Amino acid sequence: MLAYPVDVADDLFKALADPTRRTILDELAEKSGQTLFEICSRLSMKHQLAISRQAISQHLAVLEAAGLVETRREGRYKFHELNTAPLRRGFERWLGPDTSQPEESTP
Amino acid sequence: MKIRLTSVFVDDQAEAQRFYTEILGFVTKHDVPVGERDRWLTVVSPDEPGGTELLLEPAGHPAVKAYRDALVEDGIPLAQFAVDDVNAEYERLRGLGVHFTQEPLEMGPVTTAVFDDTCGNLIQIATEPR
Repeated sequence: MLAYPVDVADDLFKALADPTRRTILDELAEKSGQTLFEICSRLSMKHQLAISRQAISQHLAVLEAAGLVETRREGRYKFHELNTAPLRRGFERWLGPDTSQPEESTP
Repeated sequence: MKIRLTSVFVDDQAEAQRFYTEILGFVTKHDVPVGERDRWLTVVSPDEPGGTELLLEPAGHPAVKAYRDALVEDGIPLAQFAVDDVNAEYERLRGLGVHFTQEPLEMGPVTTAVFDDTCGNLIQIATEPR
């Protein structure tokens, strides 16, 4: 099996290295499909993060580069969605592929 | 100094009057012809007939489209209205076919939701902090 490409892994771990970006992922995990406005509202009101909309946009761009966030256009609106596939691929090198077998029971 | 009037740009004043009165439940306060096609059209809350008026202003100026498109894309509302119960209002408006870009979201003391007014704007409803 080929190793997960190094440059892609760099994007993933760089994206995960920032606490604000992890909070954005927390919120998208709670509800996928949010406008930029909703993400900003959640960070400021729920997490008391004093952070500008421009800075949040930049964080989202880093998450998008890592494939963790995808945007979907619906008419005039743009929604951000969580994509966990890069996480699975990124950690498979240590965890091994997920074979989804039930764990062996201990006697 | 008082805030007596605020405004939102609307694509079509007749359609806006219908949405803001029949769907949202405001009442028309002033409706006066201005120029050839436009109207000075304001609505108020039935709970506060003497309160702040909302002017439904024609969106004819060429800068309006770019301004509103950019805000709508990011989900940013152009006005906020107070309601007693955001969840109940969300259900009521959804039943009338109103499209929400943000479902009710409880954030500490305030609950908000965001919907499309069908006239080019996103509008936020919020519970008043008690």
